[in-house]
Amino acid sequence: MNFAFTEEQDQLREAVRRFMETKSDEKEVRRLMETTEGYDSALWAQMANELGLQSLHIPEEYGGQGFTFIELGIVLEEMGRALLCSPYFSTVGLAVNAILNAGSADQKAALLPGIAAGETIATLAFTEPNGRWDADGITMEAKGSGDSVTLDGTKMYVIDGHIANTVVVVARQAGTTGEAGIGFYVVDGDAAGLTRTPLATMDQTRKQAKLEFSGVKATALGDSSNGWAALSKTLDQAAVCLANEMVGGAQMVLDMSVEYAKVRVQFGRPIGSFQAIKHKCADMLLEVESAKSAAYYAAWAAAEDNDELPVVASLAKAYCSDAYFHATAENIQIHGGIGFTWEHPAHLYFKRAKSSEILLGDATYHRELLAQRIGI
Amino acid sequence: MDFTDSPVEAAFRVEIKEWLSENLKGEFAELGGRGGPADEHGWDIRIAWEKLLGKDRWLGLTWPIEYGGRNASFSEQIIFSEEYALANAPARVSFFGEGLFAPTLLAYGTDEQKRRFLPKIQSVEELWCQGYSEPDAGSDLANVQTKGVRDGDQWIVNGQKVWTTLAHRAQWCFCITRTEPDSQGHRGLSYLLIPMDQPGVEVRPLVQITGTAEFNEVFFTDARTDTANVLGEVGDGWKVAMATLGFERGTAFLSQQLAFVRELEEIITLAQSNGAATNPIIRAELADSYVGVQIMKYNGLRMLTSLVKSGVLGPEASIGKLYWSSWHRTLGERAMRVMGTAAILIDSAPGVPSSDEHGSGSRAYDLNELQRIFMFSRSETIYAGSSEIQRNIIGERVLGLPREPK
Repeated sequence: MNFAFTEEQDQLREAVRRFMETKSDEKEVRRLMETTEGYDSALWAQMANELGLQSLHIPEEYGGQGFTFIELGIVLEEMGRALLCSPYFSTVGLAVNAILNAGSADQKAALLPGIAAGETIATLAFTEPNGRWDADGITMEAKGSGDSVTLDGTKMYVIDGHIANTVVVVARQAGTTGEAGIGFYVVDGDAAGLTRTPLATMDQTRKQAKLEFSGVKATALGDSSNGWAALSKTLDQAAVCLANEMVGGAQMVLDMSVEYAKVRVQFGRPIGSFQAIKHKCADMLLEVESAKSAAYYAAWAAAEDNDELPVVASLAKAYCSDAYFHATAENIQIHGGIGFTWEHPAHLYFKRAKSSEILLGDATYHRELLAQRIGI
Repeated sequence: MDFTDSPVEAAFRVEIKEWLSENLKGEFAELGGRGGPADEHGWDIRIAWEKLLGKDRWLGLTWPIEYGGRNASFSEQIIFSEEYALANAPARVSFFGEGLFAPTLLAYGTDEQKRRFLPKIQSVEELWCQGYSEPDAGSDLANVQTKGVRDGDQWIVNGQKVWTTLAHRAQWCFCITRTEPDSQGHRGLSYLLIPMDQPGVEVRPLVQITGTAEFNEVFFTDARTDTANVLGEVGDGWKVAMATLGFERGTAFLSQQLAFVRELEEIITLAQSNGAATNPIIRAELADSYVGVQIMKYNGLRMLTSLVKSGVLGPEASIGKLYWSSWHRTLGERAMRVMGTAAILIDSAPGVPSSDEHGSGSRAYDLNELQRIFMFSRSETIYAGSSEIQRNIIGERVLGLPREPK
């Protein structure tokens, strides 16, 4: 029994943290969040070339490094801490896993090396205007099969959908309902008939787009008649990724709160000496540490690809969503008036926490999913 | 990260599994896992069972071999706790002796003291109780007033302790005593080991909101103990007492977490049979309790790993007590909602509990298991450092926030 990171994993964390501190400081986050693209293409290339971040958990046979979800979790945690504005979660946390779970060997060989090299941005177009995260929410129908599929309909809330070179689309075969007939389809970002509209997001550090398909030609990814299991697994893996990203942000706002509570003086003493503030910080620590335990354990289960994954994915998503949001909300309260200003970074984390909480289903959604998964 | 057994660990798992299947029979098996360190359900059977555990050195698992232990690693302790809970073996009765006093004795005792006390803990001939809290020393524990005065080669002790769990069952008490007259706060305290069976010690049951009396008041009136029975230096008792609290807050979570899992399973089973599980709010609450109890395990495993690696407890250790006591209190409240209207009634004749008896035998005001969790858990956010004290400790010692000005 050993619940700790290895020395190599600690070194990876150190390297990524240093990189993020210089490449994604607050000034840079604010610069990028005001752009439509929402990322820096030169930094995207650097992330691939200098640190090999995009190729981390892609198997070596497809141009990757063959690491696991544990290493991926570490990288995402550090990105979450720095609020990195980048299509990393959409490309590596969503699209890569979808391709690995659903694609044939030939398709993986065709799609993954470009992602690993930092040449391709990819995403998963799953959610629709109904905003649902379950199988019934998928109404877009795919006509045809294999290489000659046509897609019509609208996808919403597509993370980085406006800049993705490759879009993995989830659609269903005509006449199917629920978990039957779900399939993955690959579309080029600039395909004919695809209209992409950037959306104004409450959390400006993670961009989304609306994708309207009008007779768009697509290729089925693997067996497109029976893809629910692959999609469910992809969503579980993505939830684990997001949970790890969230704990990075949660630790960051805890650090901000504690630091401020030590230096801000009112009534002639630091506010952190008042129990009202001290106890808030203690509760934040309890939740942040617990969120870490959940996220790290879930990363281990994803790395092992064991039977525990569905349960711990929902468990981690539910707990980390609540813990991150609570920490960012308390961070504003502890900072008082200054924490309510646009100028202070507290709102950037507050908004990222809320959007991350909702993405892939909020805590309420995952508690119900968990209830079903443990047989209640 | 690796949550699978190494070959050595796997062999250890087989050993305890086999021992349990050979020994957990008859009345021991019938008793099941009910009860707890402060619950006297099936007491005599549990004492007999504990003696079996001691005889084969499952009691004293972590002690050095030279003192009769197995020198078990943390992984082996986890495996033992898992298999013990899986087998639904009786709740342990030696928590205060084995769980709290023995680790303190091993850290601060002389070789002579270890050889005097450890074997009797293992043979279950001597049970221990904890003499910490007093009427005016609750959260402010350093305010203890119980006095010890030297008389030749003995200490004479006068004062009152309260909330003393199982004092009526114990042969010995480890007791924070003020041995320097007029000293204040942390200074001038000694950690005395006092025999309970003597005229100067009177134990009175303290009936709780549960109607039972696992806690007691203990009155010392010219009680005596030999000067050899001081753990650590005279006047240095605070340090020793805090070490004990460290054990209480640290490693005792293991078997407890598994007992909590069992309680939650019982509540879920009830919710499924009485229809409560169709209510979406109840479903969300039960799922949330499941999340909480699993994270309790993950937190514990992280804490133990960091302890093994670095030898020091990390910040996740200090959150343990606050975490489990809050979780359990919420579970009790949720259990009442799952019971529904049936929670209003208790399964006994009308009446009030008498104040002259101990234990949870047949008596008025007999609660069922879920009602007991609901009631008893109110004590858990108070004893062993209240939740408010825990938050002060976390704020000041872990996060480095300034202390309250005096």
